[in-house]
Amino acid sequence: MTTTFMTTEALLLPIAMATASGLVGCFAVMRRMTLAGDALSHVALPGIGIAIALGINPLLGAVTMLFFGALLVWALEGQARVATETIVGVVFSVALAIGSMMASGEELIETLFGGAGVLGRGEVVFGLAASCAVVAFILTQKNKLVVMLVSSDVARTAGINVRLLDFLYLETFSLTIALGLRYLGALLMGALIIIPAATAKQLARSLSSMLIIATVVALIATLGGTALASYLHRGTGPLIVTTAGAVFLLSLLYRRR
Amino acid sequence: MLEVADLSVRFDNVEPLHGLSFSVARGASLAVIGPNGAGKTALFRAIIGATPFEGTVRWAKDAKIGYVPQKLDLDRDVPITALDFLATRKTLTAVSDTNISGTLELVGIPPGATKKPIGTLSGGQFQRLLIAFALLGNPNVLLLDELTAGVDEPGQRQLNELVGRLRRDHGLTVLFISHELSVVYRYAGNVLCIGGGKAQIGPPKVILTPDLLREAYGADVDYHIHDH
Repeated sequence: MTTTFMTTEALLLPIAMATASGLVGCFAVMRRMTLAGDALSHVALPGIGIAIALGINPLLGAVTMLFFGALLVWALEGQARVATETIVGVVFSVALAIGSMMASGEELIETLFGGAGVLGRGEVVFGLAASCAVVAFILTQKNKLVVMLVSSDVARTAGINVRLLDFLYLETFSLTIALGLRYLGALLMGALIIIPAATAKQLARSLSSMLIIATVVALIATLGGTALASYLHRGTGPLIVTTAGAVFLLSLLYRRR
Repeated sequence: MLEVADLSVRFDNVEPLHGLSFSVARGASLAVIGPNGAGKTALFRAIIGATPFEGTVRWAKDAKIGYVPQKLDLDRDVPITALDFLATRKTLTAVSDTNISGTLELVGIPPGATKKPIGTLSGGQFQRLLIAFALLGNPNVLLLDELTAGVDEPGQRQLNELVGRLRRDHGLTVLFISHELSVVYRYAGNVLCIGGGKAQIGPPKVILTPDLLREAYGADVDYHIHDH
C-alpha cells in the first residue's frame, strides 16, 4: 500500500499538498474549526463510493461531495439558530457510514487511510494546480482572514465581504482535503491539515512564523511519513499522521521548557 | 451623518428593538445606554449591516465607519502580533508603515508592545489597538461598543480621554455604548436610552434622570457626575 512515484511531477505532488495543508490549517486552527474540518473530510467517502459505482474518476466524486460539504458548513454558519458543530457532526458521520457501505475490502481501506499505487498524469496535474490555487489564496487573502478572525464585524466595516471570504476559505479547505485523499484517505487527511498548524500555534510568535512552521511540519510529516511507509511497508497515511503527531508532542515538550 | 427610521431587530421570538428612530449629526457624539439585553449591541450590528433588520438605516454618502466591538471572535492565544494585525490594513486601504507608527503613537501603544502576540496585551492596550486599526481606515465615524469594559480605572480614564481628543481634533462622529453613566454625562452630546420597551433620546441632562433611568432599567440607578 505504498505510493509509487513515477515522475518528478509526482514527487512534487506531496510537497505541494503538504505546503497547502500547512497554510490552510493555520486559519482552521485559529478559527476553532478543527472538529468541523476533520468531519468535513469524511464527506469525501460517499463521493468516492458514488463515483466508483458510476464508473467515473473517484477524485471527481470526492471533490464534488467536498464542495457541497463545505457549502453545507457555510450555510449552517449563516444560521445563528443552528448549532453548527452538532449538525456537522451528525451529517458527516452519516456520510462516513454511507460511504463505508458503498465500498468494500481493500478499496475501503485505501479510501479511508490512503495509499494507492501509481499516480495518473491527470491526478498529478490536478494536484499541482489545486495546490498552487490553495497556496495563492492563503497568501493573497491572509490579511483579510486575520481581520475576520479578530472580529467579523470589524472586517465588515473595513470593507471585507465576510460571507464571500468565509465561503472561499471553506472551499479552499475542502479542496486541500481532496489533495491529500490519495496519500492519507478520507479519515486522516483532516489530521495533516490540523496537526502541523496546531504545532505551529504552540511555537510561533507571529503570523508569518506560524505559517512557516506549519508548512515545515507538514512537509516533514509528509516526506518523513512517506519514507517510513516505504521502509516499513506500511500505509503512507497512518505514518504521515503519526509523524505529525510525534512532532506535535515534541512541540509541547519544547513549549514547556 | 446617520438617520435611523422605524428600526426593528428580531432574534427568534425576541424583538429587542422595535420601531426605533433617531438621527446623529456630523461631528456629534451619541451615547447608547440601557440594561443588559436591551439591544444596544444589536443596534450597532444592525446599523453596520451585520444583522438583519426592518426599517431604514441611512448613512451619509461619505461615511467611513471605524468599529470597535465589545466581543471578539478570537482566541487570545493565537500567534498574531499587534503589528501583524495593523499591517492587514495595508491590503484594505492605502496605509504605510509611517501611518502605522504614527497611529500607534497617537493612541499611546508603546513600540515594545507591537511585537507581542495580541493576546498578551493588557485590556487597555488591546482596546487601543482596536482603535488604532479603526483609525487606519481614515474613518469619520467611530462606533465603540463598551470600549472600557474590563479595563482598570486609570485605563478607562485614558481611553475616554483619547476618544474625546480624537473627536475634537479629527471631527469624528462618535457613537458609543456604555454602562458608565458618569462617562456618558461627560462625553455625550445626546443619549439614546433603550429599555423597558421604550427608547428615548435627548441631552444627558434630560435623559439621565432618576425617573427615566428607573423606567428603562427597571430599578434605581445611581451614578456620580464628574463634571470637570
